[in-house]
Amino acid sequence: MNAPVKIPVGSAPLEREEILLAVENVSLSFGGVKAIQDVSFDVRKGEIRAIIGPNGAGKTSMLNCINGFYHPQQGRITFKGRTRPRMRPHEAASQGVARTFQNVALFKGMSTLDNIMVGRTLKMKEPFFWQLWRHGPAMREEIRHRAVVEDIIDFLQIQHIRRTPVGKLPYGLQKRVELARALAMEPDLLLLDEPMAGMNLEEKEDMCRFILDVNNQFGTTIALIEHDMGVVMDLSDRVVVLEYGRKIADGTPAEVKADSRVIDAYLGVAH
Amino acid sequence: MLYREAGQYKTSYAADMAIFPLRQDRIGLAAILAIAFVAIPMTGNQFFLSSVMIPFLVFSLAAVGLNILTGYTGLLSLGTGAFMGVGAYACYKLATAFPDVNILVWILCSGFFAAAIGVIFGLPSLRIKGFYLAVATLAAQFFLQWSFVRIPWLYNYNASGAIEVPTRTLFGLPLTGATASPETRYFALLVIVVALTWIASNLVHGRVGRMWMAVRDMDIAAELMGIRLLHTKLLAFAVSSFFCGVAGACMMFLWYGGGEANDLFNINLSFNILFMVIIGGLGSLIGSFMGAAFISILPTALKFGLPAIGIPIAGATAEHVNLLLVGGLIIFFLIVEPHGLARLWQILKQKLRVWPFPY
Repeated sequence: MNAPVKIPVGSAPLEREEILLAVENVSLSFGGVKAIQDVSFDVRKGEIRAIIGPNGAGKTSMLNCINGFYHPQQGRITFKGRTRPRMRPHEAASQGVARTFQNVALFKGMSTLDNIMVGRTLKMKEPFFWQLWRHGPAMREEIRHRAVVEDIIDFLQIQHIRRTPVGKLPYGLQKRVELARALAMEPDLLLLDEPMAGMNLEEKEDMCRFILDVNNQFGTTIALIEHDMGVVMDLSDRVVVLEYGRKIADGTPAEVKADSRVIDAYLGVAH
Repeated sequence: MLYREAGQYKTSYAADMAIFPLRQDRIGLAAILAIAFVAIPMTGNQFFLSSVMIPFLVFSLAAVGLNILTGYTGLLSLGTGAFMGVGAYACYKLATAFPDVNILVWILCSGFFAAAIGVIFGLPSLRIKGFYLAVATLAAQFFLQWSFVRIPWLYNYNASGAIEVPTRTLFGLPLTGATASPETRYFALLVIVVALTWIASNLVHGRVGRMWMAVRDMDIAAELMGIRLLHTKLLAFAVSSFFCGVAGACMMFLWYGGGEANDLFNINLSFNILFMVIIGGLGSLIGSFMGAAFISILPTALKFGLPAIGIPIAGATAEHVNLLLVGGLIIFFLIVEPHGLARLWQILKQKLRVWPFPY
């Protein structure tokens, strides 16, 4: 007889209170354009945190600040208990922040497999000298990481496109490969910038399932930007709402849905 | 029919990640190596070796070098000729300063000097890309070319103002200089090219190659995945210039033998190698060889091949026809197959795999 397999339901509640990422009073401007003004929020370990808001609200800029691509003029970002004033993108990556992009940013000339293998770059340590021979340590390392990548490929069900150059893939699959590439970094915090944009219903449902599975099985904390309110309300544990670079609401989906300022921001106010 | 992968099962990741996973490809490679090492030296006459094969191998090596930079990392360079020159002059200085060390050691060491110079001129690549980087490397071309002519220390104050390649031996046979036979030079060059191509292939199929291609395809995403752009680009410049430098040293010591080589490493050489890479296929090692074969063998084939099959053509006319033809073919390729001969080869292999079915 097979022992009953215990399937975890919902995201793991155990570490809920531990704060993984804290954004405090962050302001970012480009010349006269104030992209983000005095925004504070936190992301707890193991949760799915949504950032929503109308176009131009500063959501993507926020993600860019978190993974070190932009440097906010004011405010502090604390990740895993370490506050940093300025951080280069590769430092953020090596500390465990991975992300996907709003416009698919895959390496178009490379195969799916190679794209995901790039995600392992930071984990591969064998020096240049061994890379010259492709035998011995470098090859053993390569095989070790290939096995990890194959697990991710299985997990996201993209075995059939392993060898396909990603430029030839349909859009929905490209998004999935991008998720796979981010997962290959084994991140503590996964930033998803509109993972469902431009997808049809079926692809969206697949993607939602994958996001929940990632959260469940790997315990990865996820911060996502999404415009599909149904998806946001169903997936996320907590939602932060931005409008014109300011935070207008923060709370559980139900709270946010009932907030009059959020409704005004999305539907407009009668003057 | 013959080119079929059916029945070839891979049971390990190592087998799956092999550079030539298909048995037919491995047999083909072995056949090419056998022809290059055995058949050509046995059947080819001196003229064929010294005017066809040696130039082809030198250009292939340089094209592999440029392909690492332009094809794999996406950094356009017009300084190839100058980097080759650095290799040649470094090799000359080393070989005359330390005459007791084997010349092959100095040919390989000269690559490191070219790599260092390449890194210096690669520094602007963090800030500028595309055509602007091409212009920056053009500065390297002009500056270095000027140095080769104006700094007499580089050519040991020779009255001719050029390198005079000394005679050096390997296993008792003269390898460089006037008395070296084409066979010896061909063998030495072939060993260098095969070994370095193997290393290049190892690099581009591993972590380093993926980093280069990631930077080429989407540098922002690469940066956010933890790849340091400057390191990666400078590494590409270093490796590429190393290959070009060794190619330049080979060109001077194993092909030209000095003398007439006063202004050899000029902008025309840079352009020629860029054309080889473009026609052969950007981002493909086999393409580098195809492009080099195409551009370096075509002039000789026209000049001597046409009279051999009964079409009388004067040497000067052949030169002109060659220029016309190469120019026309470059335009043809850019329109019909921008990914070069390597892509045609890939398409052919794909068709053969499924033949006689369309897909």
